[in-house]
Amino acid sequence: MDVVLLSRLQFAFTIMFHYLFPPLTIGMGVVLVYLEGMYLRTLEPIYETAARFWTRVFALNFAVGVATGIVMEFQFGTNWAVYSRFVGDVFGSALAAEGIFAFFLESGFLAVLVFGWDRVGPKMHFFSTVMVALGSIFSSVWIVVANSWQQTPAGSHLVAVERGGAALVRAEITNFWDLVFNPSTVQRLVHVWIGAFILGAFFIMSISAWYVLRGRHEAFARRSFSGALLLGTLASLAALVSGHSQARNVYRHQPAKIAAFEAHFTTGRGDLSLFGVPDERAGLIRGNVAIPGGLSFLLHDDFETPVLGLDRIRPEDRPPVLLPFFSYRAMVGMGIGFIGLTLLASILHWRRRLFETRWLLWVFVFAVGGAIVANQAGWVAAEVGRQPWVVQPPVVRGPDGSPLLDPDGFIQYATATVTAPDGTRREVVAGLRTRDGVSESVTGGQVLTSILLFGFIYLLLGALWIVVLHHKILAGPEPPGRRQTPDLLDAAGAIARHRGSLTDPRGGAA
Amino acid sequence: MSLEVIWFVVMAVLLTGYAILDGFDLGVGILHPLARDERERRLFVNAIGPLWDGNEVWLVTFGGALFAMFPEAYATIFSGFYLAFMLLLVALITRAVSLEFRGKIASDRWRRLWDWAFFGSSLLATLLFGVAVGNGIVGVPLDAHGVFAGRFADLLGPYQLLVGLLAVALFALHGALFLHLKAEGPVQERLGTAVWHVWGTFLALYLLATIYTLLLVPGAAANFRHYPWTGVALVANVLAIAYIPRALFLRRYGRAFLASTATIACMVFLFAMAVFPNILLARNDPAWSWTIYNAASSRKTLTIGLIIAGIGMPFVLAYTGIVYWTFRGKVVLDEQSY
Repeated sequence: MDVVLLSRLQFAFTIMFHYLFPPLTIGMGVVLVYLEGMYLRTLEPIYETAARFWTRVFALNFAVGVATGIVMEFQFGTNWAVYSRFVGDVFGSALAAEGIFAFFLESGFLAVLVFGWDRVGPKMHFFSTVMVALGSIFSSVWIVVANSWQQTPAGSHLVAVERGGAALVRAEITNFWDLVFNPSTVQRLVHVWIGAFILGAFFIMSISAWYVLRGRHEAFARRSFSGALLLGTLASLAALVSGHSQARNVYRHQPAKIAAFEAHFTTGRGDLSLFGVPDERAGLIRGNVAIPGGLSFLLHDDFETPVLGLDRIRPEDRPPVLLPFFSYRAMVGMGIGFIGLTLLASILHWRRRLFETRWLLWVFVFAVGGAIVANQAGWVAAEVGRQPWVVQPPVVRGPDGSPLLDPDGFIQYATATVTAPDGTRREVVAGLRTRDGVSESVTGGQVLTSILLFGFIYLLLGALWIVVLHHKILAGPEPPGRRQTPDLLDAAGAIARHRGSLTDPRGGAA
Repeated sequence: MSLEVIWFVVMAVLLTGYAILDGFDLGVGILHPLARDERERRLFVNAIGPLWDGNEVWLVTFGGALFAMFPEAYATIFSGFYLAFMLLLVALITRAVSLEFRGKIASDRWRRLWDWAFFGSSLLATLLFGVAVGNGIVGVPLDAHGVFAGRFADLLGPYQLLVGLLAVALFALHGALFLHLKAEGPVQERLGTAVWHVWGTFLALYLLATIYTLLLVPGAAANFRHYPWTGVALVANVLAIAYIPRALFLRRYGRAFLASTATIACMVFLFAMAVFPNILLARNDPAWSWTIYNAASSRKTLTIGLIIAGIGMPFVLAYTGIVYWTFRGKVVLDEQSY
């Protein structure tokens, strides 16, 4: 069994499952802050009802996100030991910051958020909500910093360390702020946040639209939908701007990735393919319908400027094309769809006809699926487009900023000279290939076992999540001022006339 | 003190924090079958309801700090103990899920299923932590490059399993004392009886493990000869264990819980002293071990990490304080409860 392929499959599968939840948490966190803030300001009970309902859903998402997140932290070491040795020093600071600043903040105040409604005052509760929302945003900062360093390393250098008489190379930090603000961090972070806001907004719109269609909890659902629609519209528009600017940044630092996104095989005028299937072996797009020069225009504001193609990348350094090409298109396509959808809904809302336009509400019930696809596809494109590197070496550039080509006409990746313990110097590429990153001592059989294990557990977890979410949605928000329908247990507790707590019988020894 | 030693101390503090905090909620899981009816089962679960998630973050932070500050040791341990970590992950996920989902559907069968999952996963996780500590003390086979060179079965020797059982008894004791503080009425009385049994079991295993360590793991005592002052921890440990029955007898349950907290702190300290300066001992050839020196990140990273920890830790302690203060006192089951 191929350990590299299996480990990649396991990573892809576990991270994609995990990534269903963090963007939901980030997006919904913002909405919760808004709802509780509005409640504090206006004291309208409907805001409190809404905040309580969405907090219950939020807590469910959060719990599954945490449980699947621990898997990610452990997996670097279990399956990617060589990679961990290579990046440990650089990731160190980012990871330490994530644990200390983000995780404790989130998990601590989440307890107050979920269990503290009757234990703390509304202001303290609002404060806790803000802290949880901030915590989830903080954690996205540090993980995106680490991932961006893998795309565009900065603030680090390569060092040889002696191990059993052999020299191993690892990256070491030279400048913390250069590492944090490496060339792609800010662009990618903004895009990740926007993606999260879109998903959070569409999630809330989906459930709210369903309530409106069913005529249940209408006042609550309309209020929730309107708030989420505003967030969703702004975020969808922002995604376009941020995505465009990010694509240019990717072209500057990772030209191979853009070439894979666009299946741009030959250097020259860049056409923007709208339909078609890339054929990597033949080096062309079959059934291609393209805007001539469209890619050139997007990257250079000019229809004729040549764009670097995959022919300028050494064959062993070329990323696969099919997966990045289609996932990138899925993301962009969805994004444009969101703009159309949210603008249409906003116009109808302005004309006060939105909640009568039933077909559009039905579209919103299911559009959350598109938001999930867009978030996932964007990451697939970003990560597969970086291959065959797990840490991509920087491109060597000339004084004018364009990539320097070697005598064979290929893009050059940066190298570094490292000195071994015995004094010999050698030149190594300033990155790490994915296939070199797996654990030395792990076998294919072990990875297959863990894939099956996680496959089973996550299938169960996914099913449970849907069942419980379904229950919560059916139960709906409680009407203000009235508690949930008591179940048998509460009824029994009431009969026994307990005081203070269920184990303190009224009129007991005290 | 060198940066490496400081980080070893920080790691030990994180491990102590984790063992004390998650120790009682894992212990509650191990004792869960003692609950007799649905109300008691809910009481057990809700005693740790708002707390377990934050407690587990100490483990996440410990893992992150190991990755960050001693990446070589992190890589070897996590890849070498592959199946053990997969089992641990399954246990932790199952635990989180059983707590989160048990109360969501009003069906007796559904709840009983998650109750058993909660018990089983708490037991498995604790046992695995103990086995890991046992392996830390006796060491594992490594090759010249510091890569794990054994099999899964090598990690499950009799000594490691004994330490695993000791961990189960320790957390059960800690959890029982915690629950005793949180419960009232008949449940509390029943817990009062159970604590004695758990304490007896723990004491027997503690003595057995101590004798086994002294006789068969000669390297473990080397540091205590080297640094005689560390003997204080040993004495404190014995005193703390001995104080538990006295506090129970005097009905000072808060102090009994503090004593089990001190017991855990002493035991983590003794463990740290038994392995120092190794992080992972190569039992086939000690020269191939991962120590705090050859496994560490660069001085720059160690320094930045310390700055971050120095800024962050006061906040962490403040949040932990706020949360424990908010949920102080006896368990109250309300509509937000599990």
